[in-house]
Amino acid sequence: MKAFPASEIIVSAIFILCLATTGLGALIAALSVRIIRSVCGLAICCIGLAGLYYFLHSPFLALMEILIYVGAVCVTIVFAIMLAEPDEQPQPDRHGANILWGGIALTVSVALLWGLWRLSCEADFTSPPNLMTDGSIRAIGISLLTTYSLAFELISLVLFVAILGALAIARTGRTKP
Amino acid sequence: MNETPLYDRPEIYFAAAAFLLAVGIFGLIRRRTLIGMLISGELIFSAATLNVMAFNRFRAPDPAVGQIFVLFIMGLAAAEVGIALSIIIAVYRNYRSVKTKELSELNG
Repeated sequence: MKAFPASEIIVSAIFILCLATTGLGALIAALSVRIIRSVCGLAICCIGLAGLYYFLHSPFLALMEILIYVGAVCVTIVFAIMLAEPDEQPQPDRHGANILWGGIALTVSVALLWGLWRLSCEADFTSPPNLMTDGSIRAIGISLLTTYSLAFELISLVLFVAILGALAIARTGRTKP
Repeated sequence: MNETPLYDRPEIYFAAAAFLLAVGIFGLIRRRTLIGMLISGELIFSAATLNVMAFNRFRAPDPAVGQIFVLFIMGLAAAEVGIALSIIIAVYRNYRSVKTKELSELNG
C-alpha cells in the first residue's frame, strides 16, 4: 500500500512539531514578562499555525498566515513597542490582588478549555456526503470573484478606512507640545 | 490503535483551538498593558481561524468557503491591529504610559 512505510511516522512527527510550536508560542505570548518576548511568542505561534493550516489542506492560508501575521502584524507591534516602551514591572506591593486576578484568569481559561475539549471530543458532527469544490487556490479565486465579490470589496474598503483612521489618530498628538 | 492518522482527526484541531482560546483569555485578563492585551486578542483570533479551518476541512461541503472566511478574518485582524496600535501611540503621547491602571480619565 505504502511505498515508504516510515513516511506516516515522519508526517505525524512533523504534525506534532507544528502543534507543539503553536502551543509553546501561545504560552510564551501570554506568560512572558517582557513584552518583546511576547511578540516573538506570537510569531512562533503563527508559524506553527501555518503548519497546521498546511495539514488542513490549505497551503494558500499557510502562506497568508506567515505573510500577514508574522510579516505585518508582529512587525507593526514591534514598532509600537519601540515607540511606547510598555514593559510590565512586577508589583510586589499588591501581591494579594495579583494572586486573585491570576486565579480568576486561570479558572476562566481552564473552564473554557475543559468545556470546549469535552464538546469537541464528544460531539457527533456529520460529514458532508460529497464536496462541491476541491478547495484549491483556483476554487478560492473563483469564489472570491463571484459569490464573495461584494465582501471582498468591503474588506478592501475596511482596510483603506483603517489605514486612514490610523494615520489620523496617530497624527493628532504630534502637533501638541 | 485508531487507524486514522493523528493529523486527520478533527478533535486534535478543535482541542488546539480551544487551547489557543483559553491561553488568549488568560492573557487578556492577566496582562496589564494595552499591547499585551492586543497580543492576547490576536491569539483569540488565531483560535477562531483554526476552528473555522478545522470545520472547513472535515465538515463543510465547500472547502473554499472556510478559507475565504479565514482570509477575511485575517484582513479584519490586520485592520484592527493598525487602528489599535495608532490608538496606543496616541494614548502614550498623552499619558506617557500604556498601563491600563493609569489610563483612568477621559477628556474630550
